[in-house]
This record gives sequence, structure tokens and C-alpha cells, in this order.
Amino acid sequence: MKMERSEIISVTKKFLSEEFEVDIETIEDDGNLRDTLDLDSLDYVDLVVLIEENLGFKPTAEDFKTVATFNDFYNLVEQKLMNV
Amino acid sequence: MEHRVVITGIGIYSCIGENLNEVLDALMKGNSGIIYDPMRKEFGYRSSLTGFVKDPDLKPFLSRRERMGMHQPAMFAYMSTKEALENSNLDVDYLEKNETGIIFGNDSTAGAVIETIDKVREKKDTTLIGSGDIFQNMNCTINMNLSTIYKLKGINITLSAACASGSHSIGMGYLLIKQGLQERVICGGAQEINIFAMGSFDGLGAFSMNQDQPQKASRPFDRDRDGLVPSGGAATVIIESLESALKRNAPIYGEIVGYGFSSNGDHISNPNFDGQFRSLNMSLKHAGINPSEIDYINAHATSTIVGDKTEAQVIADVFGSKVPVSSTKGMTGHECWMAGASEIVYSLLMMKNDFIAPNINFENPDEDSRKINVVPQFNEKKIDCFLSNSFGFGGTNSSLIIKKYKP
Repeated sequence: MKMERSEIISVTKKFLSEEFEVDIETIEDDGNLRDTLDLDSLDYVDLVVLIEENLGFKPTAEDFKTVATFNDFYNLVEQKLMNV
Repeated sequence: MEHRVVITGIGIYSCIGENLNEVLDALMKGNSGIIYDPMRKEFGYRSSLTGFVKDPDLKPFLSRRERMGMHQPAMFAYMSTKEALENSNLDVDYLEKNETGIIFGNDSTAGAVIETIDKVREKKDTTLIGSGDIFQNMNCTINMNLSTIYKLKGINITLSAACASGSHSIGMGYLLIKQGLQERVICGGAQEINIFAMGSFDGLGAFSMNQDQPQKASRPFDRDRDGLVPSGGAATVIIESLESALKRNAPIYGEIVGYGFSSNGDHISNPNFDGQFRSLNMSLKHAGINPSEIDYINAHATSTIVGDKTEAQVIADVFGSKVPVSSTKGMTGHECWMAGASEIVYSLLMMKNDFIAPNINFENPDEDSRKINVVPQFNEKKIDCFLSNSFGFGGTNSSLIIKKYKP
């Protein structure tokens, strides 16, 4: 799957805001992903499912260690999609 | 010291109404909640008849995390419990600070399990199931969800006893409060209603085939009955020690005075005169009352040939021919795991509003039902004491006796 960064951002904002029921405007590039979405350990299980469904790859627990902000997340997605 | 046990909250989400007001109206009018569901025929069901209960939208009430572990049993149970807590004047703050238990009747999560397994079959990867399914799949799904949402700190167990689950849940909660081990227990029963839940039951040939007239299909005690109609939803009955109820000035819907139970120890699906007889007599003995003091019997009668016949024989033997009897399953169909609790709610509404709900579709008695007083139409009557029967597969029997509360 090939996606421009702008598309990654818009797709991600859409599925994250819908699933975790937050206002899409609250998702800012420098915002903390865990805090913004109010994620607990179970939510990360769902996040894996969502990423697989919407972005076509399955992240590992190791991958999430590099992710604090949404920007980090978009970087991860870009990197993963390059290798798909 | 033994405690008197009273009912301080009731709630209902069923095919004849999604709250107490709607259900009261349906009970008084004798409205049926049975429909023909074409999806069942397509799926391979022998009979497409079912009670219809829609999935409630819980988004206005619960967070995403709170909803994730819920499939039909927990969703339905949330709705009935929400109503029961509201009319019992209980909220989360109070429940968190005052030990309250939950014993809920449930005996399947087929819809949830099959949806989960379908995901794994498709993805071939269990890590893509998601976080909520395990809490939907387990039979204690209602307990897990409601005890978390309402911050309950007391007894927390699910009771599985086939079609007597809801009744036994109230009976067991009653015993705990009577003995002083709990002050308050949220009891009830729930029944899922999706196509996956009832296929194997349908396969036994136990369901009515009167598909041209869905609302005439469930006809307990009637000569021309040809089987039950599956149904579902949830009912909640909050029970409490009298001291606790008076202390917090709670409404009192009735007092539980007798609980009887037995196991047939016989055939896995056929009813048994002796088992039902022992359950009924145990409840009367426990309550310390004579059969003549019962003003109304809410029968288990599901509209099957052999089940209704046996229950009519037992009622005739224990109570004779005078005490009014009705099975609300003519209207609701067989609510299975939920039935023992919902029928307490239906009967409490009758007791509060001085009427007996009709045993609809009772047009002609058979040789056994002619020996008891089946009430086919709405009947104004003051009820001070009623008995509710519930019997289930595996030969589990439960009888509850409830009186109007008198200080």
C-alpha cells in the first residue's frame, strides 16, 4: 500500500477519532497519542486491529515503543508502508 | 438472625416493551411480541418465529471501553438494570460505598462466540480479534460488565440453570440476604436472541410451526399448542434486606417469602411430575403458607405439549382447580434464561396494579389444563401473594413465592 504522508494523516485521524470517540480536532501532530485517545492496555489490542484494517500492516509491541506523539505514529506508518 | 428480604427495584427490556410502562400496557392489553423472522428460514431454521427485541444503543449511556465487552446478553441486562437501579433510587456513588452483589442468570453467549470465531477463521490470527470479545464470549459476561460499570463490591457470580436461571438467581440472592451475608443483590436473567443462539433448540423440533399466525403461535395450556416460540431480552430484580430498604427509604415492590428448588435426576429434556411437585412444595413449606393463600400462579408453561401437560398436572395436584393461573409466555414467547426473572417482574406489575395478565391464545383446554383455572383474558384481581414457576433442561426446577409487603 502506497500512501502520501497527508493521506496517512487524514486516514489515521478519521479511524482513530471514530473508534476512540474523540473529536478529530483534538488530534494534533505533536499531541500525545496515549493521552489524547485515553488508551489503556486493552485499547492497544484494538489499535493493532485498526491499523491492520485501515493501513494494511500489523505493528508489533516493539513498534509502539517508538511512538509517543501522533507525528511519531505517522513516521512509523510511513516507514512500515515503505517496507510493505 | 434471619432477615426479611424485599424487592426494591425492577427493570425490564423485553419483546413486549423496553421499560416497565410499556410492559405494563402490553400485559394489560394482552399484546404479543412475537414475529416471523425471514432470516431464520434462510439460515436453516425449521421455525422462523421469535420474540423481537432490538439491540439497544448504549452510546448515550456508556463509554467505548464500557461497551466493548458487551454483546446481547450484557446489552439487554444493562438496559433492565439501569431501569431497576433508577426506580430503586440507587446510583454508582451509593453502590461503590455500600456493598452490593450481583447474581445474574445467563446460559449462553453463542452470538458473541461465533462472531469471534468467524474473525479468527478469516484472519487466521488471534491477535486481530480485538480486546472486547473475550468479555463478550464468557458466560459471565453480564456480571463482568455490570459489576465493573456499577462498581459493585459484593458477591459476583453468574448462575446458569437453563430456563430456570433467572429464577434461581433471585432465589440464591434471597438466601444470601436472609442469612445476613449480603444486604443487597442485583439479580436477574438475560437471553440473547440472535440466529446463532437458538438453532440447536429449533433442531429438536420444539418450536411452534404456526408461522402464518405468529401472534397465535405461543399458546400455553391450549389444546392446539404445537411448541414454544423462543424469545429474549433481560429483566432485573434488586433485592435487599428489609432493614436496608427502610433505612434508605427505598420503594418496596414485594417481599420474597419462599424459594423451592429441585432436580429431576431423570431425562435431560423431558419434564418430570415429581421434580416440579417437590420444588413447589418446598417453596410453600419454606414460606410457611398453605396453597390456598396463593392468589395467582405465573406458570412456567412454554406452549409445548408435554411441558404444559406436566405443569398443569402438578398445579392441579397441589393447588386444585381454583387458584388463577396464567403463563405470560403466550405474549412473550419463551424468554429462557431470562424468563424466571422477567416473570417475577411481570407478576409484580400485576400485584401492584391489581390485575392478572391474560394467558393469551388459551381457547380450548386439554384434559389436563381443564383441571386448573387458566385465565385467558385480562382479569381485575387483588393479588397479595403469588407463586412463579421456572423449569429448565437438565431437570432444574425453581419456585418463588412473593407477598405484598406488609410492615
